[in-house]
Amino acid sequence: MIRFLLLFSRQGKLRLQKWFTPFTDREKKKVIRDMMAMVLARTPRSCNFLQWRDLKIVYKRYASLYFCTGLDDQDNELLVLEVLHRYVELLDKYFGNVCELDIIFNFEKAYFILDEFLMGGEVLETSKASVAVALEEADTLQETMEEYLNKPAY
Amino acid sequence: MSDVVEKTLTALPSLLSLDSQPGSAKLSSTSKLGNLIRGITELTSKHEEEKLIQRELLSIKEQVSSPNTTMRQMKELMVRTIYCEMLGYEASFSYIHAIKLAQQGTVLEKRVGYLAVSLFLNESHELLLLLVNTVLKDLQSTNLIEVCMALTVVSQVFPKDMIPAILPLVEEKLNHPKEIIRRKAVLALYKFYLIAPNQVQYIHNKFRKALCDKDPGVMTASLHIYLQMIQENPDGYKDLTSSFVTILKQVVGGKLPMDFNYHSVPAPWLQIQLLRILSLLGKNDQGTSEIMHEVLDESLRRAEMNHNITYAILYECVKCIYTIHPKSELLEKAAKCIGNFVLSPKINLKYLGLKALTYVVQQDPKLALQHQMTIIECLDHSDLIIKRETLELLFRITNAQNVTVIVEKMLEFLRMNKDDHTTTDLVGKVAELAEKYAPDNEWFIETMNTVFSVGGDTMQPDIPNSFLKLLSEGFDSVEEVRKLRLFAVNSYISLLRGDPGKLPQRFLQVISWVLGEYSHLREDVDPAVVTRLLAKLLDMKNSSSETKSWVLMAMTKLCEGGAGVSVAKEVSETYSSSLDTVLRQRAQELQYLSQDSELRAKVLPRGVGLEHVEVDSSLSFLDGFVSEALAAGAAPYKPPHQRQEELARSKALSLEPYGLSLPMSMSSCSITDRQSPTLLSMSSGLSGDSTDLSHKGGSTTLKLDGVKRVWGKEGYLVQREPVEEAARVEVPSPLRSPGQQGEGDTSHSQTPTPTPTSECDQEKQQLASSLFLGLSSQSSVCLMGKPEPQRFRRKAKGEATSSSTSEQTSNSLVSPPSTVDNLLCNNLLDSNASQLVVSSPERTSQLSQDLTSSNGTWDRESEFTNSDIKESDTAPIRDNCVAVPHQDKDRPKDLSLTSHLPAELSGFSHSEISPLCTDRSLDLSACHVQKEDSLALVVFIANSSDSDIQQMLLQVDSEELEISRVSEGEMEKVCSHSVAVCHYSLSVKRPSVHVEVTGMVSYQLLDGTPHSVNFSYKLPLASFIRPLKVSTEEYGTMWLAFSHDTKQNLTLISDGPEPLTSTLNVLKEKLQLHVVEIIGVEGIVACRLLQDQPCLMHCRVHAGALSVWLRSPVPDLPDCLIYHCQRALQEH
Repeated sequence: MIRFLLLFSRQGKLRLQKWFTPFTDREKKKVIRDMMAMVLARTPRSCNFLQWRDLKIVYKRYASLYFCTGLDDQDNELLVLEVLHRYVELLDKYFGNVCELDIIFNFEKAYFILDEFLMGGEVLETSKASVAVALEEADTLQETMEEYLNKPAY
Repeated sequence: MSDVVEKTLTALPSLLSLDSQPGSAKLSSTSKLGNLIRGITELTSKHEEEKLIQRELLSIKEQVSSPNTTMRQMKELMVRTIYCEMLGYEASFSYIHAIKLAQQGTVLEKRVGYLAVSLFLNESHELLLLLVNTVLKDLQSTNLIEVCMALTVVSQVFPKDMIPAILPLVEEKLNHPKEIIRRKAVLALYKFYLIAPNQVQYIHNKFRKALCDKDPGVMTASLHIYLQMIQENPDGYKDLTSSFVTILKQVVGGKLPMDFNYHSVPAPWLQIQLLRILSLLGKNDQGTSEIMHEVLDESLRRAEMNHNITYAILYECVKCIYTIHPKSELLEKAAKCIGNFVLSPKINLKYLGLKALTYVVQQDPKLALQHQMTIIECLDHSDLIIKRETLELLFRITNAQNVTVIVEKMLEFLRMNKDDHTTTDLVGKVAELAEKYAPDNEWFIETMNTVFSVGGDTMQPDIPNSFLKLLSEGFDSVEEVRKLRLFAVNSYISLLRGDPGKLPQRFLQVISWVLGEYSHLREDVDPAVVTRLLAKLLDMKNSSSETKSWVLMAMTKLCEGGAGVSVAKEVSETYSSSLDTVLRQRAQELQYLSQDSELRAKVLPRGVGLEHVEVDSSLSFLDGFVSEALAAGAAPYKPPHQRQEELARSKALSLEPYGLSLPMSMSSCSITDRQSPTLLSMSSGLSGDSTDLSHKGGSTTLKLDGVKRVWGKEGYLVQREPVEEAARVEVPSPLRSPGQQGEGDTSHSQTPTPTPTSECDQEKQQLASSLFLGLSSQSSVCLMGKPEPQRFRRKAKGEATSSSTSEQTSNSLVSPPSTVDNLLCNNLLDSNASQLVVSSPERTSQLSQDLTSSNGTWDRESEFTNSDIKESDTAPIRDNCVAVPHQDKDRPKDLSLTSHLPAELSGFSHSEISPLCTDRSLDLSACHVQKEDSLALVVFIANSSDSDIQQMLLQVDSEELEISRVSEGEMEKVCSHSVAVCHYSLSVKRPSVHVEVTGMVSYQLLDGTPHSVNFSYKLPLASFIRPLKVSTEEYGTMWLAFSHDTKQNLTLISDGPEPLTSTLNVLKEKLQLHVVEIIGVEGIVACRLLQDQPCLMHCRVHAGALSVWLRSPVPDLPDCLIYHCQRALQEH
């Protein structure tokens, strides 16, 4: 299970934080500080996996933004690397060629996309199209259950 | 007035900005959030940012509490608040408004409200209670989006106690026509299961429905719950194995809709989830494993695309293959896969490859040999995390021959490393290796010095403690101990003369203690000099008061003679007025003792160490408390170092080696499987994964004679004759070793290659040969049952009752290193390969000799007949027990000897009286007698000559046994043609499959010529086994408290209607085990080793075999007992 997901910039500014298991505020601060210190110090083309206390850390840099997750011990690092990639793909699809500024100014949207993709630290929806549809529906808001049922399944 | 205007004005843009449609998500330049963000980026200092945010928060606070703020405005305000909180500024005033927004807003506003709630509040926050009603309402809404939002938020934050309130509604959603709702409901239930498993227990069958859902997404979601449940109880879900296999087959075969593809790989998330489940189901279960072999093979075959996601699947596949019951074909493919990972230029794959190797290497050390050059390269990798993982791998393959190189590499890493957690972990490992394999004193002390200075004050406190303990208790050779201490003293004196200011506190404490205790060994140094050096430590600014009290203690031990006393006086005067009470106490002690040398000699006698201090180190007075706590469900104690080790172990691949009983001499490599057997899981919630691993790992001295190799690369090995088996394992090694060497580095000097190797390569090869030295012979060395030569073999002390002392006991197995070991230790780097070739045949022959000899002695061993045991089992009626040794037709002598049995033993059954040795004038024979609470050894010395024998002295000794003489009779003289009888009582000091008593009789004939005869007498451990009558409840408590265990499958005697009962009866008859209870296919059995060392056995009929699990507080006892069980059943 993914324990947390952090997005931060190269300058060490937090852009998004999602905690899937309970952390106290102090722990959160500590994790954020440690992650930034660890990940920002990494040179390009080094390993994407790290160890922090008893958590596996998987991070990836996309342009100026670092995506960083903490995982349980039995989780598959490579798979989570792809989870990050899928999330970026989703952001890309929604914003259209996403950049850091999109996430800074519309961070709540980034959260909503994340909520459609991951739930409780597990992948909820692996289909890119489905997430997009779910978001669109949420955005347009007006449909009710009856309308859903009348629509052909996607 | 102006205030109001200003407010309205500031509110305007935000109102306008609301029109920006969410779909067109580009930033709106006019939004207040935009302004805020831009404002912040323009600032240069943190201080300015703080001021700006505080101002912002103040204005937000004002607005949110205004009754005129609409929900639309509230939504915008909330977004800004979230932003401020993300920057690290607290805005607790807004929490209640977030909840309000979630309650009252329209859907879009509600969503922001829920988001804010999930970001702001912790699961335990009291305000969450206010959310329950909102969630309830939304779950019942006809608007799907509201339902979705409610489900999302409950999986994110929801008070545990309130789960029952919404559970029925969430459950209902499992039948919802829309799959996205069903999916979210399943995941919400999964979350509930994680935080409050009891509350969702009764809906298990609904999960089954979710598993069969027509939407693959819902099914995928349900697998999360199944993974969790199977992890807790794999036996309960074996029936689902074939379903999971079928699903995986379909997925791998591309039967799912394209929608689920990820980069044209079919549903990788689903595949990996299934593989994880299968590995849990197939672990230790041959039948179940066989169902999945085919699909695993298929998965391996299909995952061939060069993309991360296929590697992720492959990695999971490899993990699964190494976890389940092995199949050679698959293992080979998996090993190849690991090879591909390790050799990959992609650094991520390399890292995972190393990780996999680290675990697999325990079963298959030659896999590491194959990749030795890659490992060397990784060791010098620029990425620290790769280095770290490589060291982890090397740690697993360390032995006495390569320890110096590996430890050097570790220390090198430690000096560069900055992460405390890693340092603590690695320092512990170095200390462990140093103590285990140290080649000489100098190296050991220097290594420990580095450990102490690098490990600093973050290291586990048990490292300095056990170091000091080693110094104080010493080990086998007194002279060596003295040298070690002296070396430590020398090293520390020179350290103190240097710059002690930079040494960590812990190290200073160690130094003070050692100098206080042992500096007298250096005769050329005046104690006053040492005292002054120590006094310098007191004056250092950064010395903690704890260190100061250690220093004062050391000075107390040293102050002697004029100069010392004066320094002591000075120091004690300074500190006797210290505010720290402990320091003051120490200073007072110093003051008094320095003046009264007589008293000091009494209080602090020199050179006695800890031996004379009576400390109940087993803390036996706490036993009652501990067993109570255990019964109440507390976890058994584990030392901190081991806990960390376990943590580290479970952190990575949890690949359990499949040969649990396969002896391995590598350090801490045996992973004990500790799930509590089904029968016992009732006794409390703690399944035994809380028990220790290091006991097994710690004892490097594994004896083969009790342990059979049951699982091999080819799968389960049918039980064969020992010789045949050993040969099978052994024979390939001489052939393989040179080949392996060549494989690993093709340009090795052994294999002639035309291209000259560059200098750098040569260096690497040298390193390789020193790192992997002794590794190729690893498996054979331990198969021979020879312990690794261990320098600091701790002294065994007292009865091995507590687990801490028992570990040391197991370490103290004394066995001279074989010639092979010596050869290997010669450490000739380049001739390594050829040496192996030379040594291997020798080893083989030696091994077969060992085996034949042990086979030979087995026949000679005195054993009880079945009836004998039966009789002593029903011990109360022993009057009519007539001991008639069988086979006495051949030896009429026996009968006459029987009459010489001591009177107190005559009522008991005794073993056949077997001749030990004879010489011109003496006939020695012996038998043993089983009594209820002891075992007696009777030695008969018959004088067959015509003259009397004088000054006869009989000495007996045993490595494994405590021997005490019972008969007091004077027997210096044995008249012609008469028999003298010696009666000994035996008890087991250290369990071993067979125990041996050796002895010597020396005597003089009448003419005064001295003679002596040596003899030895072997007896099986089974003679020391007695039934242990306990109730099932007692059994349960004891089970949890015992730390040493072993597992094995035994043949089931299936000729009767009830195989389990008849098998256990055989064991009961032959080994005197007590059958506590039999329930269905499970049975529990208990016995004790004389005097009071219990061993418990749990048996379960499974797949036509009897899988038994033994536990005992005594190391080695389970292994020995299982051997006898095996024999008993084979003979039946």
